[in-house]
Amino acid sequence: MTRPLKYLALLGYVVFLAFPLLWLLSTALKTPQEMAVLDPTWIPRRPTLANFADAFAEQDLLGAGLRSLVVAVATALITVALALPAAYALARFRGVAGRIAIGWVLVSQVFPVVLIIIPLFMVLRRLELVNTLAGLTLVHVTFVLPFALWMLRGYVRAVPRELEEAAAVDGAGRLRALAAVVAPLLAPGVVATLLFSFISSWNEFMFALVILKDPEVETLPLTLVRFVGPEGVARLGPLAAASLLATVPSLVFFAIIQRRLRSGLMAGAVKG
Amino acid sequence: MTAVAAHGGAGGGPPRVFRSGNGLALLLPALVPVLLFSVGPLVYGILLAFTDARSGRNTETSFVGLENFAELLSDGDFWESFRIGMVWGLSVTVLQFLASLGLALLLNQDLRLRGVARVLAVVPWAMPPVVVGLMWRLVYHPDAGLLNGLFGSDVDWLHDFSLALPAVIVVGVWTGMPQTTVVLLAGLQNVPGELYEAVSVDGAGVWRRFWNVTLPQLRPVIVAITSLDFVWNINQFSLVYVLTQGGPGGRTRLPMLFAYEEAFRYGFFGYAATLGVAITIVVLVVLGLYLWRQAREGD
Repeated sequence: MTRPLKYLALLGYVVFLAFPLLWLLSTALKTPQEMAVLDPTWIPRRPTLANFADAFAEQDLLGAGLRSLVVAVATALITVALALPAAYALARFRGVAGRIAIGWVLVSQVFPVVLIIIPLFMVLRRLELVNTLAGLTLVHVTFVLPFALWMLRGYVRAVPRELEEAAAVDGAGRLRALAAVVAPLLAPGVVATLLFSFISSWNEFMFALVILKDPEVETLPLTLVRFVGPEGVARLGPLAAASLLATVPSLVFFAIIQRRLRSGLMAGAVKG
Repeated sequence: MTAVAAHGGAGGGPPRVFRSGNGLALLLPALVPVLLFSVGPLVYGILLAFTDARSGRNTETSFVGLENFAELLSDGDFWESFRIGMVWGLSVTVLQFLASLGLALLLNQDLRLRGVARVLAVVPWAMPPVVVGLMWRLVYHPDAGLLNGLFGSDVDWLHDFSLALPAVIVVGVWTGMPQTTVVLLAGLQNVPGELYEAVSVDGAGVWRRFWNVTLPQLRPVIVAITSLDFVWNINQFSLVYVLTQGGPGGRTRLPMLFAYEEAFRYGFFGYAATLGVAITIVVLVVLGLYLWRQAREGD
């Protein structure tokens, strides 16, 4: 392939990847009048931020955002608290039980979510946790845990065992060796896993749809879908504006962990 | 005197603390959450497939054996959903792979726009599926959308009986490209440079180099990521639910949308679980055949 052809191909990809994003931005900045004209334009003639204000006025975006935040933070903290000791054990002790556990983490990915959500829904109903943020958090932990475990295990394995043993030889107990030597080296991996768990929970839609029934407890993805009313055009601006806002936390966190996520995926995958 | 000095002694390999039986105690925190949060619900879910469980609070649940499976096999709606799921799953996986391979090959070269493309190539990964769905609804919108303006057409893309599925597949490819591209790119960067030098000495062209060096070297990575993509795609729910809710007339009703309706609209928990088990079996068979063929060809 010649160089110009390569550039043409790359340009094609950039256009394909970027145009829906730019259209979302463009829609968010348009007035309702401009949205109603045929032959929509790329660049709004009279850009406006009114859609953002309308979005907050039409739906309880702020409340939904706060609820999403609570669920996502709780999910991230609980997931990592559960997964960290587990990941350490799985990385350091390669017994049969450990191998079965990590094998299960992989196999469990094959099962469709209905097989998990129905039994969880029944359990939550018995515990009176349907329609509550606590219930949703519990489900999100279930859903994020396997991958968090996989990621953390990769990071633990990247910490040389010899360092830990050297500290133990120097007279530190296992716990002190962990705190003094392993913890600082593991910290970036733990942060990456926290952020990853946060994003997964913040973005999650299906479980929220099943568990949360009332507008008063809805998380952000559910509220966003509410903008799609039978009314059509009139609500497209606020819809686009709200969509953009809802994406910001995920994008920012993702930008931070992107590199680590990649290396974590690879470390886990290559070393198996 | 520390525990280490007492047990280990001089020069006897790693200190004994690290080999002693406290491993099992440490594994407990690993096994308990996995058992409680992952194995438990799944086993429960699979068992439900053999019952007539309903959503009502005080309904009696009884064991019905394979009755649900028999009903599933004679359910025309299920087969239609299954067919759509396979068309969706296979075409999105194949298109994702081809598009991502092309992009990864370009990103692996010294081209100017590379930085921009690299960033753009991961953005869909971070976006909430709901936002991706809503965004594409704006693109496909018959009046205020982009496509009709661009093509001068007057089509309601997501409500057209024959266009809805292809339109949704495009969104599936768009949203799944990042993971595939990132993994393939990492695979490309791990191909040893000497291999290319050896073939260029032989005077092989670009295509020969691609077929004889790149593809064989990438094979394990390709097999892994396409398998994962297929599993993810066949189990897709949120994206299509937001785009079409399975419409028009069930033309985009993927198996998971069908299962969701059965369980949470009509309340047939047992039947929906059966559907989940059936899809799992299909996925395992497809993956088994694929991996088996790849392993044989790889020899």
